[in-house]
Amino acid sequence: MRPLDTVRYGLSSLGSNRVRTALMLLAMSIGVAAVVLLTGIGNGARLYIVDKFAALGTNLVIVIPGRSETANNTPATLIGETPRDLTLEDALATMRSELVHRVAPLNIGELNAVRQGRERQVPVLGTTAAFLDIHHLNIARGASLPEEDWDIARPVCVLGSKVYQELFGREPALGELIRLGGYRCRVVGVLATEGRSLGFDTQELVIVPVAFAQMLFNTSGLFRILVEGKDLQSLARLKKHIVGTIANRHYGEEDVTIITQDSILATFDKILRSMTLTVAGIAAISLVVAGILIMNVMLMSVAQRTAEIGLCKALGGTRGHIMMMLVCEALLLSTIGGILGLLLGFAGAWGIAQIYPELTTTPPLWAVAAAMAVALGTGLIFSLLPAGRAARLDPIRALARH
Amino acid sequence: MIELIDICRTFAVGGQEVRAMDHVSLTIGAGEYLSIMGPSGSGKSTLLNIIGLLDTPNSGTYSLDGRDVTSLRDEELAAMRSLKIGFIFQFFHLIPRFTATENIELPLMLAGVPIKRRRERSAALIDSFGLGNRRHHHPDELSGGQRQRVAIARAVINQPAVLLADEPTGNLDRSSGAEIIELLEELNQGGQTLVIVTHDPEIGERAGRRVRVVDGRLASDSGG
Repeated sequence: MRPLDTVRYGLSSLGSNRVRTALMLLAMSIGVAAVVLLTGIGNGARLYIVDKFAALGTNLVIVIPGRSETANNTPATLIGETPRDLTLEDALATMRSELVHRVAPLNIGELNAVRQGRERQVPVLGTTAAFLDIHHLNIARGASLPEEDWDIARPVCVLGSKVYQELFGREPALGELIRLGGYRCRVVGVLATEGRSLGFDTQELVIVPVAFAQMLFNTSGLFRILVEGKDLQSLARLKKHIVGTIANRHYGEEDVTIITQDSILATFDKILRSMTLTVAGIAAISLVVAGILIMNVMLMSVAQRTAEIGLCKALGGTRGHIMMMLVCEALLLSTIGGILGLLLGFAGAWGIAQIYPELTTTPPLWAVAAAMAVALGTGLIFSLLPAGRAARLDPIRALARH
Repeated sequence: MIELIDICRTFAVGGQEVRAMDHVSLTIGAGEYLSIMGPSGSGKSTLLNIIGLLDTPNSGTYSLDGRDVTSLRDEELAAMRSLKIGFIFQFFHLIPRFTATENIELPLMLAGVPIKRRRERSAALIDSFGLGNRRHHHPDELSGGQRQRVAIARAVINQPAVLLADEPTGNLDRSSGAEIIELLEELNQGGQTLVIVTHDPEIGERAGRRVRVVDGRLASDSGG
């Protein structure tokens, strides 16, 4: 039997029961469309998030006091349990390398900010002007932190826009004094209203010089040090430089943990990737269900066409011919259904992209290939049983049934 | 041409063995016109199915055209059926979604003949069978006699040596039944061996050689 004839035979058989065929195509195409669409959305979300992260600067290295032996991101590293603090001098020391672009020491705590009877608890961040640059924080009014030696505890502060509104309402704040903890300090700038940045809502922050923060919190240690490298390529060397420098200062003990943005990025990437895969897997189940439907329909179709199958055998058709004819029919169903599903999925992805333009919902190539492969695979596997049953039909009995 | 020696065929029906063919020996020469008659359940259809390679005997030997076909594999049996045997059924067994032409070409399609050659061969047959204006009709648009003509055309398109007809007129009125028998006899005169299974003594009597089957045995044989 010629392949073209097998295909033609399958098409005529599918065409003879249009409603059944249409329902099968619907089941198959919904399955494929679900895989394509869901992976498209998952992938789009991943790209979106990764993109946002990358905007924060991927050549940033975060130095945390304390060594975590097991994993990079345990609660212990966040608390910073360590025998030896990171100090301002450590931070200054890391700066001495051509790999380093900027360094920002960081101290963080929670204090009461008071102004004319208005009181509010705010997160206070002790750092330098470089921090604002690293995190792309813009000043709406006034100036940034003064560029001077880090150990000068000048009592000035930059307010987040929300803190400013809550303490001053609409009154001008520049040059005014507020109380922070037990100290008075002068407002030199107000941050622009900007979104969130990795963990802090910048609108609720009060930013002060690092030495002043150490005084406020009565500590000589740092919460962490942010080091921005010159470029991404030298990040590994930069990490080595930082660990080495600090170990030198800490009597040879490597008691810091280094986190890079790209490792956070990689983690997010991994999480979102596996989420996309999970969603794709769930969608693939619907494909398998469609496959089982195909099997049911093929079994029914074989039962209805026993006489025809018997006839083909009497006219010189082999078991192989009968198998091939029925498997081909199922494959046609899943191919056509798959193509319809792809069209449907891509149309859906395009539609979503129209509603959420910032999301690139283009389904990844592997998902398209996998959806088609699963569609064809289920078509093949689930048609083997009915086809085998047809091939084994006894032609005499098949022909006698009338 | 056809040589059956000591053929037995038993079926298990409800745990009981039923002997449908009981030590049957029969030789049919090339070009013979043979009718098989007998009461229902006597085993005449089984005999036809064994001759047509649709059924295999439990014991005995069958040689077709000098070749022992008793123990052939599925593909070889299918090839033999395709090349040597043409079947004609009581219920025509046409594929309803195929046109007359496509139905006639079905054996060639299964044999892998290219479509152009198929068209040539079916066109010639359609004309000589008087179906010229019916070639694109589906079976449900044809009369019983026309359907059986299509079925006969399908049976002979591969120019088989043997035509096997199982009650070919059983589903037709008298006049179209007579036409069908005449057509089959014409083919027989053209050299093809014709074996007809029938209930109808009138049709059976026309055959050059008449065989009666009763209880799986040959009760009488007018020739051979």
